[in-house]
Amino acid sequence: MRPRSALEPYVLMAPTALLLAVFFFYPLGFAAHQSLYEWDLLTPPRYVGLDNYRELWASGELYRAFTTTFVFSVVVVAGSMLLGLGLALGLDRPGSFASFVRGAVFSAYVVSWVSVALLWLWLLDADAGAFTRLVRALGGPAIDWLGDPAYALYALAGVTIWKLAGYAMVLFIAGLQEIPKVLHEAAALDGANAIRRFTHVTWPLLRPTAAFVGTTSLIASFQVFDVVRVMTQGGPVQATTVFVYAIYEQVFLDLRVGRASSMVVVFFVLLLALTLLQLWVWQRKRGV
Amino acid sequence: MKRPLHVVLLGAVAALWLVPYLWMVLTSFKTLKEIVAAPTAPLPSGLTFDAYRAVFEAMPVWRYFLNTTVMALAIAGIQIAVALPAGYALAKLHFTGRKLAFALVVATLLIPAQVRFVPVFAMLAEVGLVNSMTALVLPFGVSAFGTFLIRQALLSVPDALIEAARMDGASEARIIYGLLAPLLRPTLAAFFMFSFVYHWNDYFWPLVMTTDDRVRTLPLGIALLREQGSGVRWHIVMAGNVVLSAPALAVFALTQRHLLRAVAGR
Repeated sequence: MRPRSALEPYVLMAPTALLLAVFFFYPLGFAAHQSLYEWDLLTPPRYVGLDNYRELWASGELYRAFTTTFVFSVVVVAGSMLLGLGLALGLDRPGSFASFVRGAVFSAYVVSWVSVALLWLWLLDADAGAFTRLVRALGGPAIDWLGDPAYALYALAGVTIWKLAGYAMVLFIAGLQEIPKVLHEAAALDGANAIRRFTHVTWPLLRPTAAFVGTTSLIASFQVFDVVRVMTQGGPVQATTVFVYAIYEQVFLDLRVGRASSMVVVFFVLLLALTLLQLWVWQRKRGV
Repeated sequence: MKRPLHVVLLGAVAALWLVPYLWMVLTSFKTLKEIVAAPTAPLPSGLTFDAYRAVFEAMPVWRYFLNTTVMALAIAGIQIAVALPAGYALAKLHFTGRKLAFALVVATLLIPAQVRFVPVFAMLAEVGLVNSMTALVLPFGVSAFGTFLIRQALLSVPDALIEAARMDGASEARIIYGLLAPLLRPTLAAFFMFSFVYHWNDYFWPLVMTTDDRVRTLPLGIALLREQGSGVRWHIVMAGNVVLSAPALAVFALTQRHLLRAVAGR
């Protein structure tokens, strides 16, 4: 349609454009600029060139933050997808009981991260936690889930899987319901057992859904912060210092805005790469 | 069909998600002495509301609740008010730079709060706006997701409808807010719910942008319960957690069917 006046569309876009400029694009440039300075928010910034980046790399901080976040994300994505798929296969059926169980699983996705984190902080308490005691009562080892550097990151990943499995489940159920029943019936008539029906009929048709769930949860879990802040504060001995938490510490504990900005820039580039990967996966799946 | 086995399995799955909530509620009715003496005793010895009283004494719960609700309402409302004209221009009007404008809106999905908070904090600190409702609301005034959703919905509204309204002498503002907005009610309602819940639950941005009680939000306040004093008083933390999660769980229980369909039908 023709606008009423040549100016009209720009007037309509103005609030959006203004907010995007002030709170998205300018901050990105500002961060890139600040990353070349040393600044504690109190004294005037001092130009240091690429020193922040060099230090970030040389100190091993960047590498540590990246590997921690990467391990966390891989465990979360794999765990929530497998669990979500299993739940979808078991719960994709009519009946009020199945509907109740679906609701129970999905409820964790609806409550806040703070609620989930506090809940599991108590359940996983080294001494009095119900989960810790249950494991011990069943003859398992006495593990300090959140206090042991060897387990803390995986404990956080487990809690995150508990929260996100419902999201994967709902999307997988939607994917399952798009598969025509005739295909299953035809495969059964041809003598295919349940496992063969899954590998030859269900899974190939579910792959687009899996690609969507996998890439969106990968990008989301890369931005993890809340569970870390509430449950472990990056510890013990930095075992759970993921990317965003490392940036947060730089600003609010160490008052090193310049260094934090250089991490922000690196983090943005990583997210950009992940998104390009996501687009590539989606394109490819459409091409098949 | 092996029905009994299936029912047991599904029951175990439900328990894995529901027992933690149950444990939270049970703990909130215990006393500190009970928790120390027998942490895994299932039932509290009596029904005491001391822990809840302690939560309301430790912090201004109602103010936090009000702050959180005002913030989430303001964000969702502004997002829709801003996205409607933009979505209308992007979907219905021909103008130079339309494709670029749309691309820039979608590109902001790449710049989440976790990337923006350092520079935005520094910017707001310079103009003295940290720890204000403005700092909580304005940075989220535009939603790429909302703009995209509204644009898509407007694409399926026939041009003739808008042209007829123009003939009748309606202003563009009237067309957007008076004619198109009511037409998009289902889309706007779904987006409003999504945005409201997301920001009501948000922990990260209020944590970074607030420094005291004035505009602190409920998730932040409840999380602080754990950090007070020495030794964690779990009955009080869990009572706070019930206060925080009960509204969300109640709304979810009432709207479950509708909500699950909305998520799946993306």
